[in-house]
Amino acid sequence: MTPALTTPADAPGADAPGGAPAVRISHVHKSFGRPGSQTHVLDDITLDVAPGEFVTLLGASGCGKSTLLNLVAGLDEPTRGSIEVPGGRPALMFQEHALFPWLTAGRNIELALKLAGVPRPERRAEAERLLELVRLNGAYGKRVHELSGGMRQRVAMARALAQGSKVLLMDEPFAALDAITRDVLHDEITRIWAERQLSVLFVTHNVREAVRLAQRVVLLSSRPGRVAREWRIDLPQPRRIESTGVADLSIEITEELRGEIRRHGQH
Amino acid sequence: MASTDTTLPRPDRDTASDAAPGSGSDTASDTADVGAGLDALDSVSAQRSSLGEVLRQKALPPLIGVLVVLALWQGAYSLHVTSSYKLPSPADVWRSLQDLWYQGTLLSIVWTSVWRGLSGFLLAVVIGTPIGLVVARVKPVRTAIGPVLQGLQSLPSVAWVPAAVIWLGINDSMMYAVILLGAVPSIANGLVAGIDQVPPLFLRAGRTLGATGLTGARHVLIPAALPGYLAGLKQGWAFSWRSLMAAELVASSPDLGRGLGRFLEDQREFSDMSGVLLGIILILFVGIAIELLVFTPVERRVLRNRGLLASGK
Repeated sequence: MTPALTTPADAPGADAPGGAPAVRISHVHKSFGRPGSQTHVLDDITLDVAPGEFVTLLGASGCGKSTLLNLVAGLDEPTRGSIEVPGGRPALMFQEHALFPWLTAGRNIELALKLAGVPRPERRAEAERLLELVRLNGAYGKRVHELSGGMRQRVAMARALAQGSKVLLMDEPFAALDAITRDVLHDEITRIWAERQLSVLFVTHNVREAVRLAQRVVLLSSRPGRVAREWRIDLPQPRRIESTGVADLSIEITEELRGEIRRHGQH
Repeated sequence: MASTDTTLPRPDRDTASDAAPGSGSDTASDTADVGAGLDALDSVSAQRSSLGEVLRQKALPPLIGVLVVLALWQGAYSLHVTSSYKLPSPADVWRSLQDLWYQGTLLSIVWTSVWRGLSGFLLAVVIGTPIGLVVARVKPVRTAIGPVLQGLQSLPSVAWVPAAVIWLGINDSMMYAVILLGAVPSIANGLVAGIDQVPPLFLRAGRTLGATGLTGARHVLIPAALPGYLAGLKQGWAFSWRSLMAAELVASSPDLGRGLGRFLEDQREFSDMSGVLLGIILILFVGIAIELLVFTPVERRVLRNRGLLASGK
């Protein structure tokens, strides 16, 4: 059983199944600080996400994966290179739920709908529909602090979807959850991704999570972040994180990731 | 990493390899069930205590405090600690209150001051809020006037009274000017502090949702800063009230309505100590009453909605 087909990192676009990509990152560099004492965070990143594709960005801390996501989200500008998201401003989910505690779950979603230009009479029903989608029927009037961690992340998912973007960026959204809750949310995001035909760029440092979710895993090296290697994953969805297919590939990718990390200890 | 391997009973677990194709709907409903179970286990439900309990816990202690003070006062009076024209008994003060009530002037005196205080305070909110917003969000402005704004808070507003009298004369405008000079800095500072404490994550989340500029201020920044802002408003009210009393004490003119500060000063001129004590008590009473009736409920509501108030508190 060889479910994985590995492609060398320097063959960008080898996977684009025709048509314009949902996200196009070309030759992006990012450095912080003043000239002279700069830190290079990202070095010549080129990466496409095809429409409907689920890509995970994997890397150790300091590889700039969150920085890259911020750039794609438009929260920051690349130092060089360009980022195109033809579908407009992408939705972004954070590690913390980032729900507004002064609003109820439903109102959080309605605010996103309002800012996306959905007319007032339609908002309530649409918010209920989105809550149903993340299986939180009846949570409309709940305050954020009354929800469990997993429920909060699901409301956050609904709020992100309320933006109406087909591109969803996720910055370690399940890292703070316990394993069982995370398992459930893996199933949910896989289902919603397929149902809504989303293009997902998912950042994580958890190899198994990356393999569990993605059609393609992109490994970034650290300081500066570069695309080190990519894996295409053809295991059928929904996968199980404890399945042998996921485990086998995880072992291979973990080895590679450890290699990347080891290089930093040597100088 | 091996920790993900928990023994969760799942119907199709014995297939143990990759997700069994064809059991898709099974997996989905299983996920839903597990999810619902987790939700039920993790959700917290707020409990609210009964009215009797609230009264016992909230109203009783301050009531006892007041009674103790009255008892000490009465004790000092009965023991003749000082001559009775310097320290009248609680009953004397009560009689002064009754006199004022029967003269029919009590409500008008209190209302004159409360009206001035509240309208001055509202004006201070209208002026202080944009100042706070600009100071908090515009770096150069903050560097320029931030420290001055903070320093102004420690300037007793009574110090403004002579200047205000010369600029504006002895009239209502002068009173409002003194209130504003006292309250605007604390309201603006409260908002600045509130904004500084807003988690950057909320601002980032707001920006990804498309809330930038004024929209962002309205939907994210101001609501997020509300607890700090409310604290500033509360302090702003305290400063308004103090400033007004200082202005009323100093400024005397027959054209001016007679408020609590004026009443207090009149009683001093008559050397009527029970009247003076009544004036002090009334000023204290109004200040506390407004805080309890207006600010405390709003503040509690805001904090409770955000889960920042432990239940039963």
